[in-house]
Amino acid sequence: MAGTTTPVTAGIDPAMGAAGPKPEAFVASVGFWGGVGRKLVRDPVAMTAAAIILIIVAVAILAPWITPMDPYRGSMLKRLKPIGDATYILGSDELGRDMLSRLMMGGRLSLFIGVTPVILAFIIGSGIGILAGYVGGWLNVILMRTIDVFFAFPSVLLAIALSGALGAGVLNSIVSLTCVFVPQIARVAESVTTQIRSRDYVDAAKLSGASTLTILRVQVLGNVLGPIFVYATSLISVSMILASGLSFLGLGVKPPEPEWGLMLNTLRTAIYVNPLVAALPGLAIFIVSISFNLFSDGLRSAMEVKS
Amino acid sequence: MLSFILRRLVAVTPVALGVSVVCFMLVHLAPGDPLSAVLPVDATQETIDSMRAAYGYDKPLPVQYFIWLWHVLQGDLGTSISSGRPVVSEVGRAVVNSLILASVATLIGFTFGTFFGFVAGYFRDSLLDRLASAVSVFGVSVPHYWLGMVMVIIFSATLGWLPPTGAGPDGSGNWRPDFEHLRYMILPALTMSVIPMGVIARTIRALVGDILSQDFVGALRAKGLSEFGVFKHVVKNAAPTALAIMGLQLGYLLGGSILIETVFAWPGTGFLLNSAIFQRDLPLLQGAILVLAMFFVALNLIVDVVQTALDPRIERG
Repeated sequence: MAGTTTPVTAGIDPAMGAAGPKPEAFVASVGFWGGVGRKLVRDPVAMTAAAIILIIVAVAILAPWITPMDPYRGSMLKRLKPIGDATYILGSDELGRDMLSRLMMGGRLSLFIGVTPVILAFIIGSGIGILAGYVGGWLNVILMRTIDVFFAFPSVLLAIALSGALGAGVLNSIVSLTCVFVPQIARVAESVTTQIRSRDYVDAAKLSGASTLTILRVQVLGNVLGPIFVYATSLISVSMILASGLSFLGLGVKPPEPEWGLMLNTLRTAIYVNPLVAALPGLAIFIVSISFNLFSDGLRSAMEVKS
Repeated sequence: MLSFILRRLVAVTPVALGVSVVCFMLVHLAPGDPLSAVLPVDATQETIDSMRAAYGYDKPLPVQYFIWLWHVLQGDLGTSISSGRPVVSEVGRAVVNSLILASVATLIGFTFGTFFGFVAGYFRDSLLDRLASAVSVFGVSVPHYWLGMVMVIIFSATLGWLPPTGAGPDGSGNWRPDFEHLRYMILPALTMSVIPMGVIARTIRALVGDILSQDFVGALRAKGLSEFGVFKHVVKNAAPTALAIMGLQLGYLLGGSILIETVFAWPGTGFLLNSAIFQRDLPLLQGAILVLAMFFVALNLIVDVVQTALDPRIERG
């Protein structure tokens, strides 16, 4: 339509016009993300949570170089030393390995198997949801009804069923957790996209002659990724708990690899001998999980996305 | 109302069929066929083929699915590979135990969750609100299997007040409502109740805040209704959603109790699933998951119907 009969838009790239700054951008010069960042910085809880996450991630990444002792080497004579021991600051595990070193190393795998499924599900789920929401019609019906089926399973059950059937292993537990989160993210993405599709500015972009791809990239993606992202960050905490839970059951990481869930499982036998040491790996999972939750809450209120 | 229930039943049928397909495919996701776990390593090709034919694994997948579905509809979930007993009876016993535990946990969680939620919703930004928010963040962030371990450490290993594992003093798998058995239930039920507590508190807080900001509350106060009278109206408005969430939480707990049941060796479905997975007993795994998922679907349906019946604002069309 545009460009063929209307001389007004002639010479103006319609996509450019559509992508141009929105009116509010002139008022708040920092832009949307700048505003979100400013609000987040003023939120002490979210900032503390973010700092804790950053420290734990940094320790996990640097673990091979900074662990005080070899996390794999045990000593039969020095098993289950208490917290505060002269050599083992956080005690030693049931095979006499240094707990602090194992907790530091364990963070690598725990964070990896906890965060990766959410990233994968964010990519796949957003793709499915945006497609279903934007195209609509029969494609929407088929995709969303299929997703409904997965909603008929409680997430813990689905994760355990899939990794139980696939067998133990890091890759299988990532695959099963991704399958658990894809439907959840897709449903959010679909509902946000459906709302945005019927907004005036999308119609305006269409009338100005912007191609479908341009509209998807500029109008749709620009507006739906925020809410989906906030939702995805709130899933990281669940994912961490579930991923370590799978290892706790023996369905994830295999020994002797240090991983918080698996460490918690092998230390279960030690709760009568050295309860504090036995509880440490779970405390690590809890701290990471609650930090992600609090940060996600902060992000949500900074972006003013309703839950 | 009856036609509404019928329409919901029709709407839920495709979902139930989809669930059955997923459960059926679970067995075929596994590397090798379900028999590879039980057949001896040195079995001849002849033995393997005859076993496959006996269990029907030689037929094409869609045919296998419909045969399986036909049996399921008649209440036959197959035979457990490890115990040789019918899957239905194994799952049935476990479901009862899980249901008892999950119901008690939901009830505890609901009671405390509503209390915290109402307090937080009424006294926004007060100290009590902060406390209630902390409780709900704790509830959704704590790895419940770890919380279970911590409970055992405190109340069994250190204080010696309560038994750490099992469902009863005789080690039997059947729970009975007497004092001895009740003691075995306290720790797993309390651990489990933390999850719905957090979710319910969070929802009720938002709900109460929402209701209190509506015009009709102002009108009620303006006409001189006592604060307790207003409170009754708030409860009435919050009840359908609160009950719906309670129902769904029961479903989540029933399906998601595997980790807590494993920690406490509670003889329920979670425990059964765990042993099915490690003995590669795929028919048992499939049957247990199908029953739990169908239970969840049915519970969703019931919640939907009850909520519609309670709340006149929801259209039945």
